[in-house]
Amino acid sequence: MRILVVEDDLEAQRYLVQGLKESGHVVDEAADGDTGLNLALSRAYDVAVVDRMLPRLDGLRLVAEMREHGNATPVLFLSALSEVDDRVKGLKAGGDDYLTKPYAFVELLARIDALMRRRAPAGIRTRLDVGDLELDLLTRAAKRNGTDIELQPREFRLLEYLMRHAGQVVTRTMLLESVWEYHFDPQTNVIDVHISRLRAKIDKGFEAPLLHTVRGAGYMIRAH
Amino acid sequence: MRTKPGVLRTQAFRIVLVYVLLFAFSVTALLGFTYWNTRRTLDAQTDQIIEADITGLTEEYHHFGLPGLVETVRSRTLHQGQALYLLVDHLHHYVAGNLDPWPQISDQPGDMVEFDFERSVNGHMETRRARGRILPVPGEFELLVAQDVHDRYLTERMFTTTLPWTVLLILLLGTVGGALMSSNMLRRLDTINRTSGEIIAGDLSRRVPLAGSGDEFDVLSENLNRMLDRIERLMKGLREVTDSVAHDLRTPLNRLRNRLEESLARLQAEGTQAGEIERAIAETDQLIGTFNALLLIAETDAGTTRAAMAPLELGGVAADVAELYEPLAEEKKVSLVLMPSSPVAIEGNRSLIAQALANLVDNAIKYTPAGGTVRVRAAVTDRGVELSVADSGPGIPQTDRPRVVERFVRLEASRNSPGTGLGLSLVAAVAHFHNAELLLDDNMPTGLEATLRFPQTAIRPLPTTLKNAAE
Repeated sequence: MRILVVEDDLEAQRYLVQGLKESGHVVDEAADGDTGLNLALSRAYDVAVVDRMLPRLDGLRLVAEMREHGNATPVLFLSALSEVDDRVKGLKAGGDDYLTKPYAFVELLARIDALMRRRAPAGIRTRLDVGDLELDLLTRAAKRNGTDIELQPREFRLLEYLMRHAGQVVTRTMLLESVWEYHFDPQTNVIDVHISRLRAKIDKGFEAPLLHTVRGAGYMIRAH
Repeated sequence: MRTKPGVLRTQAFRIVLVYVLLFAFSVTALLGFTYWNTRRTLDAQTDQIIEADITGLTEEYHHFGLPGLVETVRSRTLHQGQALYLLVDHLHHYVAGNLDPWPQISDQPGDMVEFDFERSVNGHMETRRARGRILPVPGEFELLVAQDVHDRYLTERMFTTTLPWTVLLILLLGTVGGALMSSNMLRRLDTINRTSGEIIAGDLSRRVPLAGSGDEFDVLSENLNRMLDRIERLMKGLREVTDSVAHDLRTPLNRLRNRLEESLARLQAEGTQAGEIERAIAETDQLIGTFNALLLIAETDAGTTRAAMAPLELGGVAADVAELYEPLAEEKKVSLVLMPSSPVAIEGNRSLIAQALANLVDNAIKYTPAGGTVRVRAAVTDRGVELSVADSGPGIPQTDRPRVVERFVRLEASRNSPGTGLGLSLVAAVAHFHNAELLLDDNMPTGLEATLRFPQTAIRPLPTTLKNAAE
């Protein structure tokens, strides 16, 4: 996958580019807004990672201009500014996701994967499958190996999010943001407890576990 | 914002009313004094004429006796004038004079008398007022010497009937004038109040419009505007400082975390144990967490955050947060109970209120021993809209309560449990941002009840989408 990184802090840029390349992506980099915009408009990228504050052309402006030119590349904003209202501003300007510095690289990677996945929607899906686990989005019923699984509404949403990102690492913050719509860090790790409840419902009594913990990163649902 | 007062309750109207009353009182006193003085002078003049008359008649009587007196009275009454005479015998029968019969005395000021009599004026009989004196004449005769004072009497009557109407008119005109004046003032004040309200609601760019007349209201508005310019400048400065502090600290923290991750990856690739690096990353994350919390508290407390306000249903916020923490409570064998509530919407920021409530619930679960209960409740009371979390933990001693909302304050008892010591400070800052109060009370029989009390004025009609969701 081809990724554009626009970041003026060269140290951070080097780390980001190196990390993404090691993860198997093709990366172009720019250190200011103008160069970033030129690259974004002249080549096709799967995702752009854009710092909020850039010399020459501000990150918000950059993305707004990309959108004005009809460029729909998913954008992940990185920001060292304070959070409360900046997220809203970033998303309004056309950003698709927002990450505050300092971030864990796995978090960034998981979000980039999620953005790429969103880019290629496989039509409107009414059913999700992972191994022998099925989720019917219309009847809101879950089944594993033909056995019905009773889920609370929030558990259903949690499982749906995990299954939509099957095979991908999903971080706790991503779950909190997407399933609960909270953008703050609960002091205790409440997500882990929700996951272990869900795991008890879908994996208990089955030989092959589907819901895996990815150490130091988050969770992943996959068939094998 | 306070509701605007009616015209009749304004200070301006009250001042005008007091002034009008004072003015009416002065006018009454002044006119009363003039009336009294004029009447005294006129009466003295009349009395002088009568006294002179009596002196003349007495002399006649001394020289010529009763017949002389009768003759003089007759000659003096030949021409109709102001002077009135009546001489009667002991049976009060007419002897001489231009009055008949003996009149009914209606008033007796001093040794003078006042009475009404009939007289023909231009062919009509008329009742007129006279003032005079009664003299005994030897032989049981009585002589009444008087002056016609009807004109003075009429003036007097007119005066006494007009005065109450005059005062009434003064009061009426004064009140109407006062009301007009205060409604004008009120309109000007209303403009200032409305603008202030909008500014409090968060639009710092608003300014009070000037009428251009350069009056005291314009001066006040100009001063307010200057003050607002300054506040806006300060707020902007503060925001810039927060932004640069955030940027200048986050950038190196980001590099630090990147390097630690890099080292960790390298060591792991070489197959070396890297526990130290992992712990360093955890410490860095804790540092970042504290920094983020501090920044959020500072911004929220100063009101510099542009956090969007929208109507939100508190029962829903409480239910969501309770739902998020329920598995955690269960794991700790604490029962988390969401109390039923009728739907109530307030104007607020969902993220901030949810975060504050999450902090309270998190604390409550942390400090409640196994088997205990944590209750979450959203309710409308007569003191406001309340969002409260009650636990059955050890509670907070009364004396420590004001301290726990301060930044970094952690009580001895909890010194070694995890946490930044900023949780309650953030709750207090969120309360402050919403004009709400954070109350810490005893929960009977044991524990703490933390309540966020939003003012009645924050209540908003339920948005239809929320209403449907609540049903």
